[in-house]
Amino acid sequence: MIPDDLRYTKEHEWVRIDGDQATIGITEFAQDELGDVVFVELPPAGSRIDANAVFGTVESVKAVSDLFMPLTGEVLEVNTALVDAPERVNEDPYGDAWMIRIRIGDVSELDALLSSEDYGRFIAAGGSES
Amino acid sequence: MTRRDRVARHASLNERLVFEKGSPGRRGSDLSAADFPRRELSELIDDELVRDSIDGMPSLAESEVVRHFTRLSDWNYHVDLGLYPLGSCTMKYNPKVNEKIARMDGFADLHPYLPESLVQGALEVQKRLEECLAEITGMDRVTLQPAAGAHGELTGLMMVRAYHESRGRGRRSILVPDSAHGTNPASARIAGYEAVHVPSNAKGTLDLDALDRLTNPDVAGIMVTNPNTLGIFEGEIARIAERMHAIGALVYMDGANMNAMMGVARPGDFGVDVLHLNLHKTFSTPHGGGGPGAGPVAVKDALAPFLPAPLIERDGDGRCRLDDERPESIGRVKAFHGQFGMHSRALAYILACGPNGLREASETAVLNAAYVRSKLEGAYHLAYGAPTLHEVVFSDRFQAAHGVHVMDIAKRLIDYGFHPPTIAFPLVVRGAIMIEPTETESREELDAFIDAMLKIARECETDPDRVRSAPHTTRVGRVDEAEAARKPVLRWRPPAGPAAN
Repeated sequence: MIPDDLRYTKEHEWVRIDGDQATIGITEFAQDELGDVVFVELPPAGSRIDANAVFGTVESVKAVSDLFMPLTGEVLEVNTALVDAPERVNEDPYGDAWMIRIRIGDVSELDALLSSEDYGRFIAAGGSES
Repeated sequence: MTRRDRVARHASLNERLVFEKGSPGRRGSDLSAADFPRRELSELIDDELVRDSIDGMPSLAESEVVRHFTRLSDWNYHVDLGLYPLGSCTMKYNPKVNEKIARMDGFADLHPYLPESLVQGALEVQKRLEECLAEITGMDRVTLQPAAGAHGELTGLMMVRAYHESRGRGRRSILVPDSAHGTNPASARIAGYEAVHVPSNAKGTLDLDALDRLTNPDVAGIMVTNPNTLGIFEGEIARIAERMHAIGALVYMDGANMNAMMGVARPGDFGVDVLHLNLHKTFSTPHGGGGPGAGPVAVKDALAPFLPAPLIERDGDGRCRLDDERPESIGRVKAFHGQFGMHSRALAYILACGPNGLREASETAVLNAAYVRSKLEGAYHLAYGAPTLHEVVFSDRFQAAHGVHVMDIAKRLIDYGFHPPTIAFPLVVRGAIMIEPTETESREELDAFIDAMLKIARECETDPDRVRSAPHTTRVGRVDEAEAARKPVLRWRPPAGPAAN
C-alpha cells in the first residue's frame, strides 16, 4: 500500500506536501517491519530541524528506531495523540498516525524525495541501502 | 515424538501470587534467637506509630511458603539447568569455585567503611584483577567501579569527553556502526554526543569508505564492537584506529565479545584507547537475574588521568592504598569501589584458568559456535558468509517462506527444553537468530540443541501451525507484549470483594 499522492524517503518516512507545508509519518512497510509500536517520541512544536537529522523515535516490541527528517523545516504541529495511542501507527500509518506538520524550509530539497513508484521499487528490492 | 517432547519439566499447575494464597490465622514463623538484647517495642517506638495488623498481609503456613518459592524456582531457566545460547550475552556456566571464593568470611563479611589497613586482602584482589584485565586486554590502567556494561560505556565516553576537553575542544559526535549494541548510541547521547551511524558493508564489517565520508574534526571517537555483533572479526580495526588517531579521535571498544579472543588478540595492540569488559559475560560472574553485573573500563595511559577516583595504587612495601588525589578524574561513578563480590569471582576464574586456560576457553567458544554453524547451515539461512568467531547469526528467511517467523521458532525451542537464542538482533539482519553457545557446553548438549533446531526447521515445512502456536508445554503461552508495553501494569491490587477481617 503506497499512496501515489505522497512522496517518500529511503528511511521509510512519507511526506504529504501542501503548499509551503508538509505532513510527515512512517510508511505501511515501516510499521509492518517494526511490528507492534508501543511508544512514539516526537519533537516539540517550534523546533527547527535539518533534513536527515533525527526528529523522533518509534519503539516497537522488537526495536527502537530513529525517525529522520525528510526536509529541513520548522515543526508547526505534533500529533500528540500518538503518545497515548501508539497502536495507531500500526493501524493507520498514512492517516491518523501522521507525526508532524512542518513549514518547508528549503523547497529545493523536495527533488530528493522519492515518488511512489521509486519507493515501491525500493521496498521491492528489500527496502534497505546496504 | 521424542523423549524431550513428552517430558514436562514442571508441575503443570499455575501458581498464584503469595498475596492471593493462604487464609487468615495460618502462620509459619520460626525466628532465630536474637543475638542482641531484647527490648519491648513500646520502649523503642511511640505507641501511635505501632499498628496491630497490616491489611492484606498474607497468612500462610510454612509448607505453603516453601512450596510457593520452590515452585517458582522450578520455573527458572538458568545456566545450571542447560544451554543458554543468547548471542552477545555470553551465558557461560559459572564455576562453583567462584562462589566458594566469594563466600569466604574475609570477603563476604567485609564492610565498605573499614579502614585501608583492615582491607588489604580485598584491595589486593582488586589490584590483581586490574593487573590481570590490563594484561588480557593490552591496556594500561583499569577502573573496576562501573556496575554493568552500559555503565562502563558511559564511564568510558565521559573519559573521552574529558580527554578532548583537556585539549581545548570537547568535539561533537561519536561514530557508531549499525551493528552495534543498542546501548552504544544511547551511551554516546547521555555523554552529550551525537551518535552518527556507520553502515556495514556486504561482508558484515565496518565500511571504510563510509567511515572516511563521516570522518571530520568534530568526531570525538568511534565505538566498535570486536568481534562485532555478527561474530565477525573487524579485520580492518588497525586501519580504522589509524584513521581515527589521524584526526585526533579515540577508539572505544565494546568488550562484550571479548570471550572470542582472550589470550589470542589484545585490543590494546590493535589501536583501542578505551574499552569496557563485562565480567558477567567473559569472566563467568552471574549474568542477568543471577547477580549484579560489573563493567570494568580499561584505558591507555593517555586516558588514565581521567579514570574515576579512587584508583588502587601499590606502595613500595607492596601494600595497596586508595588514591583519591586525581585532579583530572571524571569523579566517582559508583559507591564503594564497584561490585566487589564480582571482582573476587572474576579473579578466581582468571587464576583458576591461567593464561593457557583463558586462551583455551576462547578457542573452545569459537569451536563450539563453528560446530553449531556447520550443523545448522542449510536448514537456516546464514545472514553473512564470512567466517565467524564465538557466535553465529542466522535469519528466518527459509522459514518465513512457510509463514513462520523468528519469534515462533524461539517459542517452539522452549518446548524442546532450551532457552531461545537472541532474536531480532543485530538489526542489520532481518529476522535474526543469534546463537552463542559458549565454551562451557559439552558436545552432547550442543547436539541436543542442534537436533531441536533441525526438528523445528522441519516442522516449519510440515506443520507450521504447531510452530506458530508454540509454546505448548508451558503454563502460560504467548503474552501480549505490545499491550504490556503500551499499558504496563506496575502494581498488584487486591481483587475487589468483601474486605478481609
